[in-house]
Amino acid sequence: MPRRSDLKRVLLIGAGPIVIGQACEFDYSGTQACKALREEGIDVVLVNSNPATIMTDPEFAQRTYIEPVDADTVERILERERPDALLPTLGGQTALNVALDLHERGALERLGVELIGADVAAIRMAEDRRQFRRAMTEIGLGVPGSFYVTDPEQSDAALAEVGLPAIIRPSFTLGGSGGAIAHTLEEFASQLEWGLHLSPRGEVLVEQSVLGWKEFELEVMRDRVDNVVIVCSIENFDPMGVHTGDSITVAPAQTLTDKEYQRMRDAALAIIRKIGVETGGSNIQFAVQPQTGDLVVIEMNPRVSRSSALASKATGFPIAKIAAKLAVGYTLDEIPNDITRETPASFEPTIDYVVTKIPRFTFEKFPEADTRLGVQMKSVGEAMSIGRTFRESLQKGIRSLEIGRYGFDATGLSDAEIEAKLRVAGGDRLWALGEALRRGRSLDEIHEWTGIDPWFLHHVGEIVAHERTFLADGDLRRAKRNGFSDRRLAELLGVDEDEVRRRRWEQGVRAVFKRVDTCGAEFEAHTPYLYSTYEDECEAAPTLRPKIVILGGGPNRIGQGIEFDYCCVHGVMGLSKDGYETIMVNCNPETVSTDYDTSDRLYFEPLTLEDVLEIVERERPDGVIVQFGGQTPLRLAVPLERAGVRIIGTSPDAIDRAEDRERFAALLSKLDLRQPANGTARSLEEARREADQIGYPVMVRPSYVLGGRAMKIVHDADALDAYMREAVTVSPEHPVLIDRFLADAIEVDVDALCDGETAVIGGVMEHIEEAGIHSGDSACSLPPHSLQRDVLDEIRGATSALALELGVRGLMNVQYAVCDGLVYVIEVNPRASRTVPFVSKAIGVPLAQLAARVMAGKTLQEIGFTREIEPPHVSVKEAVFPFVKFPGVDTLLGPEMKSTGEVMGIDREFARAYAKAQSAAGNVLPVSGTVLVSLRDGDKDSALGLLEKLAGEGFRFLATEGTARFLDRHGLSVERVNKVPEGSPHTVDRILSGGVDLVVNTTQLGDAGAVQDSSTMRRTALERGVPYFTTLAGARAAAAAIAEIRAGAVEAVALQDLY
Amino acid sequence: MSRDAWLVLADGTAYRGEAFGAEAAGEGEVVFHTGMTGYQEILTDPSYAGQIVCMTYPEIGNTGTNPQDEESSGLHLRGFAVRSHNHFGSNWRSRESLNEYLQRHGIPGISGIDTRSLVRRIRTAGAVNGVLVHGEFDPGELRDRASRIPSMEGRNLVDEVTCPSAYDWTEAGDWDSRPVQHERRYRVVAFDFGIKRNILRELVGAGLDVRVVPARTSASEVLADDPDGIFLSNGPGDPAAVEYAISSVRELLGQRPMFGICLGHQILALALGGRTRKLRFGHHGANQPAFDAAQGRVAIASENHGFAIDPDSLARDPDIEITHTNLNDGTPEGIRHKRLPLFSVQYHPEASPGPHDAAGLFTRFRSMIESFRA
Repeated sequence: MPRRSDLKRVLLIGAGPIVIGQACEFDYSGTQACKALREEGIDVVLVNSNPATIMTDPEFAQRTYIEPVDADTVERILERERPDALLPTLGGQTALNVALDLHERGALERLGVELIGADVAAIRMAEDRRQFRRAMTEIGLGVPGSFYVTDPEQSDAALAEVGLPAIIRPSFTLGGSGGAIAHTLEEFASQLEWGLHLSPRGEVLVEQSVLGWKEFELEVMRDRVDNVVIVCSIENFDPMGVHTGDSITVAPAQTLTDKEYQRMRDAALAIIRKIGVETGGSNIQFAVQPQTGDLVVIEMNPRVSRSSALASKATGFPIAKIAAKLAVGYTLDEIPNDITRETPASFEPTIDYVVTKIPRFTFEKFPEADTRLGVQMKSVGEAMSIGRTFRESLQKGIRSLEIGRYGFDATGLSDAEIEAKLRVAGGDRLWALGEALRRGRSLDEIHEWTGIDPWFLHHVGEIVAHERTFLADGDLRRAKRNGFSDRRLAELLGVDEDEVRRRRWEQGVRAVFKRVDTCGAEFEAHTPYLYSTYEDECEAAPTLRPKIVILGGGPNRIGQGIEFDYCCVHGVMGLSKDGYETIMVNCNPETVSTDYDTSDRLYFEPLTLEDVLEIVERERPDGVIVQFGGQTPLRLAVPLERAGVRIIGTSPDAIDRAEDRERFAALLSKLDLRQPANGTARSLEEARREADQIGYPVMVRPSYVLGGRAMKIVHDADALDAYMREAVTVSPEHPVLIDRFLADAIEVDVDALCDGETAVIGGVMEHIEEAGIHSGDSACSLPPHSLQRDVLDEIRGATSALALELGVRGLMNVQYAVCDGLVYVIEVNPRASRTVPFVSKAIGVPLAQLAARVMAGKTLQEIGFTREIEPPHVSVKEAVFPFVKFPGVDTLLGPEMKSTGEVMGIDREFARAYAKAQSAAGNVLPVSGTVLVSLRDGDKDSALGLLEKLAGEGFRFLATEGTARFLDRHGLSVERVNKVPEGSPHTVDRILSGGVDLVVNTTQLGDAGAVQDSSTMRRTALERGVPYFTTLAGARAAAAAIAEIRAGAVEAVALQDLY
Repeated sequence: MSRDAWLVLADGTAYRGEAFGAEAAGEGEVVFHTGMTGYQEILTDPSYAGQIVCMTYPEIGNTGTNPQDEESSGLHLRGFAVRSHNHFGSNWRSRESLNEYLQRHGIPGISGIDTRSLVRRIRTAGAVNGVLVHGEFDPGELRDRASRIPSMEGRNLVDEVTCPSAYDWTEAGDWDSRPVQHERRYRVVAFDFGIKRNILRELVGAGLDVRVVPARTSASEVLADDPDGIFLSNGPGDPAAVEYAISSVRELLGQRPMFGICLGHQILALALGGRTRKLRFGHHGANQPAFDAAQGRVAIASENHGFAIDPDSLARDPDIEITHTNLNDGTPEGIRHKRLPLFSVQYHPEASPGPHDAAGLFTRFRSMIESFRA
């Protein structure tokens, strides 16, 4: 059966910004779907607010809307574009929820748009626990006992049904938001209330706990003639109780016999048929009682998921692509397997290696967060590794994480601490486990504490035991076959990594590369999708073509996410245009860069010196690009160059000139550019002296951490003392950097391209929030919305001068602060920055592609990019934060980056673009109602205009005492409300009672007391979904946006109409 | 430290690894199996008689062994080659480690070898004979030994694995499941060419009382029992070499409804006047796409065969229809007769190991019997 001929135009909904629980995997799936539909000659209309995605590149769809992913916006787009069908299964829960909304409001029927991929009844049956439970019972499958609660008064009845501990699952939330395990009655009551609030439907499922059961997932695909295949089985290393996104997971399942696996497979087939997913992929989770083998169904996602992305990368079977083809009418047997070419997709992949996924956490960014793992996902990224054995795979996974661990390093924990870490799962349980085994704890004991299957424990035990064996026999080959990194072996031997590599190479102990081929080598693989191992035969078969290696960004983390993968993928596209063979190295399974058909050759490998050198030695590329993947590859630049690898693009020396504080100061003074007064302190006394000289407030940070970690603004000597004592350990080896803090300065980000001879500005972005907020957390506008022409010209001139002086070849990002009309250079990064995708979308030029071509030798003249593009429309970027996942964490912004993702709003003028960006970020601005205002003293005068504007729009004010007096004095009517410490009824009570529509709250950063006092107010606003602004600049932009929204509805714009 | 083991192929390719299992020498055709689960079923499947099996999935032994997952009373393969042998098995049903199990049954294993390169060798060069031994050896000598092993073509291995005398089988279902009750039960005679227990369980589960008879049972002996149906089992070796069975089946054609699986399917095709041929390296796995033309659907099938029927050889008979095809290489995997009550499949509807997608074929056999008796 060929594809349906009645489908000519399909609307695809993307997943929106990167948040915990919904990350790049949906760019991967959406991009595959766009390509698959385009291959069929179907017009794709795409909606996604996330500019850092490949799928929103204008060439991936006929009509691309970078607009808020909500039912109102999508309905307007449907009206305008009139597609034949809507495909909602490739954009995560967000897309599915929007599709359901559109159905419920009758929009799909009214506009004659067919839902393809999954129908409403199937989505409902899978997501509504009552229906799901009934359906499972009808097909004879067990589910954990459960009870629905919509009112806290039902809690007794719920408890009677399921008992304690109980799982709390709010309905229809992302990544299990609000999910928790209640062990006590008190926990039960508070978690239930929180869950009821979080659920968009005001509904919570209270579920029987199956803590400690073994957890499995199956990835299932079905076509319209009812062919069903299992693409992959996944076993969780961490048993039930830890969210699967936070679990270490292994593919395929390791501890099931065939009989048990086939029962699970039978159940999966029965479930997908019962739920009625007619075409596409689903993910089904099971729990197995370890002593009896009893099987229960946990849940089913009737859509492509994070696990589908993992399963696709783990097997080479492209689930999203096939799902898109099935949705338009193909059957599995009609779709060829790209890898073997000769065989069809109607088979089940078999793999001859072991895949391990390990989550990456960022708790250090949220010191107040609860670091215990549970049913709500908390990790921000993941690394996947492939090895021929579990041990090799696990050890490769550990070093792929880039958290400074290269194996089961010893921890300094006491026995009691280890036991505690094993009993309560946290992000670092794996190393506590290794240490416990090293100290001779029995498998039984550890199994009892952790619930982890003894098979996994046994292998971890073998790894730590092998450390001792290795010290005795020194057998490098045997150690490498068990997955040990050179770095770990060096630690064990007390030598450096280079020495281990030297010995290893001398002995001829070298990595070989095997192919991921979906079929266990039964058929020939035509796609060079490779991983390393230590065996006999190498299948890399490198070519003799001109070739360039691009190093990817590794696991996502706050500060290094999808934006860098976007740059890597564009690097590939650019180099392909110039005829190079492209070779990608990365270990992040969520990404487009690790799709086997993105580059010519893919090495799914850790981004460490050792692993990259083995690839380079095998491939002998003409150059290696380190400037696209963020800090990860950049850190390898110098060691790689020292090892004789040709790094192309900006020289590592130029990078050093920009990063080394003294060389940087010399560079600026040579170019006659200004930087804020600064100094370096190697002791507390020196810090005081420097700060006095520079003048308070100052920005302080340790010299040895990057990305805003432990950075702070201090306003006086006492605060400086406290910081020096508590936050850092200062020493001559670890100095502290002190910079003058430019209060109320406007920050500006510039991305530019340079070929060594010519520098061209890509875009100048004005931050909305003032200096002091990390640039990644700040909203920004392109073009700048308030800066004067002469200031911008000065910035442009400085940027060119810096690029040319440094001899940049490729991209460069410069951050400036404009204070009292003076331009200061804050920092220069001669590499691709986080803002490159945003700028590329705003100006309609793929900067990273051009940069790659420049790095490989083309001039800007040759590729036709010689003048800055000043677009006639305005683009606004807004950051998206994970606060909702971390109860108790303050939402205040500061110099440390906390956002996980970003959205973009585009319109003809600033306020409208800002309104779109806010709405896309989930801050739905009110058009009337009450504004709760609480301002620090320094902000009051400058806030007057803003408050008058809001009053003019008809808003009422509620304010804390000082602010109320201020408003009153200026003739604005206001109701006074207590601060939280002043007692009820206070600000939080008013937010909780629903009487607040907008919060404007600024606090003296560095004043711990004031921050503390107002923290619950911000937190409550977040939890109640009330838009809040913690900077005046943000509030001003919001007020302008509100005025625009009141003046008339904001229209959606397609990128294709802009450039 | 573990002992060395060698696996040396007739073409001279030599693998040196670690020994596990019994200290014995194994000689046979080296085949690879691509299933990720089910090693115990594979070890106990009589169809592997005369073969050394290499598992493509690297971690083997993870779930130990248990008494319920045996497909026959013994191990019939000659050797077992894996990338990583797990002496530590973890599963609630496990009673014995893989290592102990192989030792008890006298089968040698080799671990730690580059199994993927072995598979690629077999894939490109075709099935090859090999020798698996424990201890120190001269690989050249082992190669000579391997090259003296007779080819699988023309070998009757059924005699090695068939039962010595007839017996009744009554058990159905898995260790913990209760079979469906049937109002009316029928009796079938099952030729044992190396029959797997799960076939017997499935037949009983379909409401068929099974009498298992030795491969050399004559047609008249079968008919003397007046069964309602006749089943032709799976088994090892070259079907064309089991001449006595082909002629018994030929005599039985049309006399009673008949169902064949794997070697039984090939023997049925030979009895119908067809030919079989050796495949380059066969199909051994649990993920094969068997396309059912009548339904337009694919069954994910468990397969284990080195021979296949030649479709051209059956094309002359307009009454014989190819019902199933393997989508990977287009080989025929199911036939039926338009006038006579018989059908057969190349793959394994009884699974074990593998998916249960085709389990309905046992019911189909029962229906055929019902309408024949009606």
